[in-house]
Amino acid sequence: MTQSLAAAAESAVPASVPLREVLPWAVFAGVIMLSLLYLVGMDQGATSVFSGNMIHEFVHDGRHLLGFPCH
Amino acid sequence: MMSRLLIRGMIAGLLAGLATLLFALVFGEPGVNGGIAFEEQAAAASGDAPEMELVSRGVQSTAGLATAVVVYGVAIGGIFALVYTLAQGRLGRLTPRAMAAVLALIGFLVVFVVPFVKYPANPPGSNDGDTISQRTGLYLVLVLASVLVALAGIALRQQLTSRLGTWNATLVGVAVYVAVIGVIEYLMPAIIETPDTFPAPLLYGFRLASLGGQLMLWTTLGLTFGALVDRTRACDQWVDARLPAIS
Repeated sequence: MTQSLAAAAESAVPASVPLREVLPWAVFAGVIMLSLLYLVGMDQGATSVFSGNMIHEFVHDGRHLLGFPCH
Repeated sequence: MMSRLLIRGMIAGLLAGLATLLFALVFGEPGVNGGIAFEEQAAAASGDAPEMELVSRGVQSTAGLATAVVVYGVAIGGIFALVYTLAQGRLGRLTPRAMAAVLALIGFLVVFVVPFVKYPANPPGSNDGDTISQRTGLYLVLVLASVLVALAGIALRQQLTSRLGTWNATLVGVAVYVAVIGVIEYLMPAIIETPDTFPAPLLYGFRLASLGGQLMLWTTLGLTFGALVDRTRACDQWVDARLPAIS
């Protein structure tokens, strides 16, 4: 009884995922996610990957409200 | 394992973005509109021609706002899943829901609140457009510094846990974070460019709405992600428990 309770408590806390398994995902997904954040928060402000002002104007309200520096 | 967590993070982020969108539509938009009205008044008073509209206000305040907030939510959700995966089983023995809640609270404070203390969100018309490069750079440096110092604080906590116990080691880690980021914020240049005539209630209301929106985002993200991961785990365990019987 005590053993099965201990086993249940043990299974409630997941074991760690090996770093080797996380690393490729961290790099792959990390780059994509950070690029998305850059596009929404900063492009066509201080720096521009895409020329023009279209992205900046489109996401204008979101930038202000999410706390990014804007014009 | 990792891909399943990543997808759950992005789903939780999507839901968090939608919740934040509702909040922003009700409480955030009045501040944006007020700022734009002030901007136009100031431009008219100084005799400048009104700015040409690339995107209409109607699109900016609906589809534009929705795109920005939802993409932001999904991206933060994805990164959150990566951080969660690294934290699980390494940063103390917490259940998935508790771990997700704790990480969301840390993320809200470290990524948003602490940089906000020095460089708060500003409505349209309350900043000088020519200083955008400088302001973006400073904000980025502060967010990055906050994350790095927080990671150092966590590493220190891990080091000290065996000697001081979990509680005291956590207190030392938090204290070191607060002290170091406090000094960094004190040393970074202040940005004081809000026009004297800018209405104070408008600025206050806008910043409160910005803070509220981010609180909504991180709360929804942490609680939804925790629930999604917990459900999958229960499901996995159910299958694992029956697999040997089948084979």
